[in-house]
Amino acid sequence: MSISFHPGEGLLLDYASGAIGEAWGLAIASHLSLCPTCRSTTSDMERLGACLLESIEPDPISTGSLDAVLSRLGDQADDRAALPISNPESAIPPILPQPLRGYAGGDVEQLNWKRLGLGAYHLPIQTGDDTAVARLLRIPAGRPVPQHTHQGLELTLVLDGSFSDITGRYGRGDLQEADETLEHQPHADPGIDCICLAVTDAPLRFSNFAARLVQRVINI
Amino acid sequence: MNDLAADLSLSAQADAGYRNIAGLPPATGVCAIGKTDDIQTVKLSMTAPDVQENVIGLMGKHLSAVASDRNRAAFRSLFEFYAPRIKAFVRSRGAQPDQAEEVTQETMVKVWQKAVQFDPAKASASTWIFTIARNVRIDMLRKANRPEPDMNDPSLVPEPELDVSRKIAFEQQARQLKMALSGLPDEQRQVLHLAYFEDKPHAKVADELGIPLGTVKSRIRLALKRIRSDLGETT
Repeated sequence: MSISFHPGEGLLLDYASGAIGEAWGLAIASHLSLCPTCRSTTSDMERLGACLLESIEPDPISTGSLDAVLSRLGDQADDRAALPISNPESAIPPILPQPLRGYAGGDVEQLNWKRLGLGAYHLPIQTGDDTAVARLLRIPAGRPVPQHTHQGLELTLVLDGSFSDITGRYGRGDLQEADETLEHQPHADPGIDCICLAVTDAPLRFSNFAARLVQRVINI
Repeated sequence: MNDLAADLSLSAQADAGYRNIAGLPPATGVCAIGKTDDIQTVKLSMTAPDVQENVIGLMGKHLSAVASDRNRAAFRSLFEFYAPRIKAFVRSRGAQPDQAEEVTQETMVKVWQKAVQFDPAKASASTWIFTIARNVRIDMLRKANRPEPDMNDPSLVPEPELDVSRKIAFEQQARQLKMALSGLPDEQRQVLHLAYFEDKPHAKVADELGIPLGTVKSRIRLALKRIRSDLGETT
């Protein structure tokens, strides 16, 4: 059950520094929920950011700035976020981790999945990021995803079931970072449907004509 | 209360020392960023590591004092140390001075509001404040949300066990981290600086430097590996 495929250090650095776009950040943050190893790497990178913050040549603050801040301080701490959320132990953990569950509007069974054809479903995820597209995909167990290459980066985070392609087998928490050099034919493995979050910065480009036609019709 | 007053005056001294100590090698004080024909610089102020360690340790105490008894004097010390640095940090990422000032003020207000969430066992004051400043900047300047894991989420996979490799104090670690950073080859330090100071995702860094994405990735990987080995961590 342990995770074999992690985001590259470049993506974790983008996430830790804050340079990452929201849609990509959603995939990374959802992976982090499932991966203590990458959470630890991200913490190291945040310490690096702190180190640079400590070392930067200070830029004098305007007079009055401190007073402006002091006048906004209440006496009570805002500790709402510190309160633990009640979490009955008997409950089965949701399949979609946070922050993805919040973005999707619920767990997998509560979502208004849209039919993609051939038994597959999808659900577009709204983000404030207009440079990338995020969507949930549900591929029936044992069925292929059409062969495709990418015009840019594609991140695929597996949330349930698994898929395989020439690069290996991806299960819950595994994240595939694919670019235009990868032409692959992922298959959902037999057993249970494969649910994953896919983030792309360009529409997928399918290799054969029929699939391109389907692509145009379903606008994947 | 007397202890804290003593701390506060030490803090002022230490901060003055932090700013004024000179004579350290400039090699890591100014870091070249960008192509060779288009060199931009971010100024880093270099300070004796032991002075720095004291200041960073004090800041943790001040933050805890803000959390435990809403101590405004302690908050003032935090402001004096961090606000000018947050402003410089935000400006380095392309913000106008007034925008940088707004982000700084909002960050410091959040530091006050969220202080009870600060856990000195998990992060140093600087790391905690860095993450708040980063998020406020994304919120105010990019008008975007920052997706983050929720530590109370029942789906969150917890750490297998307490990380025993993290026994040394954060202040000491910060000192080692600074030394590790200054020991990096220029090309590795450059990719880190571009991410933190210029807000550039690593794919864009590859474009702008005109080098393959794989090269940028391996520089980041090597930098991280080296920093971790300098900190005595196993990866």
